[in-house]
Amino acid sequence: MKETKIFEKPKSMIDVTTHYCPGCTHGVAHRLVAEVIDELQIQERTVAVAPVGCSVFLYNYINVDSYEAAHGRAPAVASACKRLLPDSVVFSYQGDGDLASIGMAEIVHAANRGEKITVIFINNAIYGMTGGQMAPTTLVGQKATTCPLGRDPKLAGYPIRMCEMLATLQAPAYITRVSVAKPKYTIKAKEALTKAFQTQIEGKGFSFVEILSTCPTNWGLRPVDATNWLEEHMMPEFPLGVFKTPE
Amino acid sequence: MAKGRVGVNEERCKSCGLCVAACPMKVLRISDRINSKGYRPVEQFKEGCIACRMCAITCPDVVLEVFRLEDDKACNA
Repeated sequence: MKETKIFEKPKSMIDVTTHYCPGCTHGVAHRLVAEVIDELQIQERTVAVAPVGCSVFLYNYINVDSYEAAHGRAPAVASACKRLLPDSVVFSYQGDGDLASIGMAEIVHAANRGEKITVIFINNAIYGMTGGQMAPTTLVGQKATTCPLGRDPKLAGYPIRMCEMLATLQAPAYITRVSVAKPKYTIKAKEALTKAFQTQIEGKGFSFVEILSTCPTNWGLRPVDATNWLEEHMMPEFPLGVFKTPE
Repeated sequence: MAKGRVGVNEERCKSCGLCVAACPMKVLRISDRINSKGYRPVEQFKEGCIACRMCAITCPDVVLEVFRLEDDKACNA
């Protein structure tokens, strides 16, 4: 019998245990980013911008040059880096509390300027690190510590759909929404990330990948149940698809 | 159908069970052992792996490695 290894840890991923809760799909998203960096052979010229949130320790897990931006300001930091070092490949990795709440101004204007950066947006419909408060993406009726009876649209409005909103702008080149809840979605998510990085490398403009993710701890669900909940409740509200594609 | 084997980095596993749910051949389970972080790592408890990689693709902690097994004869052919 001959054994061939057909799946292993990507080389640009650092060999440590992550701090994420069991079943948190941040780890899947990290691995996909590392795989894409390996496959495009861009590790030496990639710069990551980490957010504030659970993924704040991104730089401990992906072995590329990294910044840690102030809360929500990752697209501004990434814009500056890309303008100063145009040959680098710059991506920000942000959660929904970081990008869709405090960082709303930065993401909208970075997209509107058509900065040649890649933004990876992890949407799990809740604030993870701070303990499960309502986020701008929390679903109507979804319970969180700051809306224990479920989100009431009369008080807190409706979940913000970032992809649809940014797709109304003229400048962005590639905008897509994917998920990493189950293998069938994860495979497509990797294709989307590859295309997003290629869009940047080819100088076509701003690329944005929203990844629907689970937060089993703050949703109060077991990891497998959380993936099912995402499919049943989040996907109708946040439909997967490509909203803008480079010509 | 291809034959395979799953390698487990037990110290990394957090016992979330996503791979157990993703495996189409149901050859994975949560073991009785306990790793140094207090989690029960996953294990391949029977033959039948088809090297589809679904477990490794769904694992958030890069715990799993997947090997495809081939007969020496098939390799030479």
